[in-house]
Amino acid sequence: MFQTDSDTARRAPGNRTKRQGWSGEWSFLLRNFVAKDFKLRYRNMSLGVFWSLANPLVMMSVLTFVFRKILSNDAIADFPLFVLSGLVPLNFFTVAWLNGSTSVFDNGGLIKKVGFPREIVPVSTVLGNTVHFGVQTGLLIVFTLGFGKGVHLSWLWLPVVMAFEIVFVCGLALLSSAIDVYIRDVKYVVESANLVMFWLVPVFYSFAIIPAQYREVYQLNPIAAVVLAFRHILLEAKAPPEVLLVKLALVSTAMLGIGLFVFGRLKRRFADYL
Amino acid sequence: MPAILLDDVTKTYPRSNSRLVLRSLVRQWLGISPTDSFAALRGIGFSIEHGETVAVAGSNGAGKTTLLGLIAGVSWPDSGVIRVEGSVSPLLELGAGFHPDLTGEENLRLNASLLGMTRREAGLLHDRIVEFSELRDFIREPLRTYSSGMVMRLGFSIAVSRNPEILLVDEILAVGDQRFQGKCMERIRELKRRGTTIVFVSHARAAVEALCERALWLDHGRLMLDGPVGEVLDAYAGRAAFQAASEA
Repeated sequence: MFQTDSDTARRAPGNRTKRQGWSGEWSFLLRNFVAKDFKLRYRNMSLGVFWSLANPLVMMSVLTFVFRKILSNDAIADFPLFVLSGLVPLNFFTVAWLNGSTSVFDNGGLIKKVGFPREIVPVSTVLGNTVHFGVQTGLLIVFTLGFGKGVHLSWLWLPVVMAFEIVFVCGLALLSSAIDVYIRDVKYVVESANLVMFWLVPVFYSFAIIPAQYREVYQLNPIAAVVLAFRHILLEAKAPPEVLLVKLALVSTAMLGIGLFVFGRLKRRFADYL
Repeated sequence: MPAILLDDVTKTYPRSNSRLVLRSLVRQWLGISPTDSFAALRGIGFSIEHGETVAVAGSNGAGKTTLLGLIAGVSWPDSGVIRVEGSVSPLLELGAGFHPDLTGEENLRLNASLLGMTRREAGLLHDRIVEFSELRDFIREPLRTYSSGMVMRLGFSIAVSRNPEILLVDEILAVGDQRFQGKCMERIRELKRRGTTIVFVSHARAAVEALCERALWLDHGRLMLDGPVGEVLDAYAGRAAFQAASEA
């Protein structure tokens, strides 16, 4: 049973409905959405999921070539591994956020016709991308072993840090996909922001060379924090600093909260604007 | 308590103009209702008891689809109260979310979960759905190989497979051939016998009169008449004939 109450409407504009009309199962729907995404992407490709390895490998090779051979910069040891440990978390962030941002608009036909929980759409899009994240992290682990670094107990932190990033991107995608329904320019903002992130996340330079006065700002960027944590775990075989983990946990849950809140307010008129 | 209750429900749509969207959004947040909008429903109020079968009549643009959308939970009203008691199966569009590259089977699962079936329900009803759709030999083929009639059959079969407390039907009985249409009507009558509350939008007067006892007549977003189906449809037909005559 659900109800819509005009009294609540008078008290708080925009918060006029409590609705539980959809009686289905979140997990079942989410699973089917993620499965759909995945099948559609790979059904007609002969190399399937191996394509998700191509992008970070190519980027790693190009960056290594530019920095080692052209700029002759040998300051960072194990440069290919160093770069890859930055590319993998960044890659997930950029692709998942961009796909998530347009997901509600892309599923407009569905949203106009069926009263299912709309949050499923951006969240499933982001979760669909975690498959690549997992595969690419596997590649990263292979490289870590290949560079002569042994298996270490601190690796157990890897899934924790990845989970924080996934939660963060879910929140961000909820926010941007809801705004995208009303203002179509969101996609271009996201694309530009992603380009900026490539330079502002320490992918091909180390956190240590950042001047002290900018470090605080860098630490506010959760993707930079994830890259940092990845390097602690894989390159130095250490658990990430507690401060970093706490900040990451706070920022990602806060982002999810903001995303859910804004999405919850804006979703009421999705069907009218799509 | 009735199955569906609407009290003084008004629903406006923004007039889409992408440059104005940001401005109207800000207005909305500030609590100023968008000025550049039109009302699809104005102060609608009625209640439908459990087990009633009610037709909604009205010309194009009268607000029939908007009304079903509000009951189905697709959109929210600007003001007024909507109460819906029980599970709702919306037949607003058959095969919502179907994708041509997925197989019939995969589309079935996705559509069933969208319509609010649990994993258990979808599993239990699977065979019945496939059988009703008469698509057993094709169910593992991608949907793009289906004819449009086959797609509609699959969509309808999923939508009516469970026994919802409330069924919303929007002009969708043009499904498949004559024989399959008969089968669909038979299934809807069966749900009616089981006590399902049905809201039915159709321009086919014979089908409406065969199924419904009561009708609502909407005109430009207002509820013109609410009463026994014959009376309401006569009044609506009379108005339509009058309009046609005065325009001629």
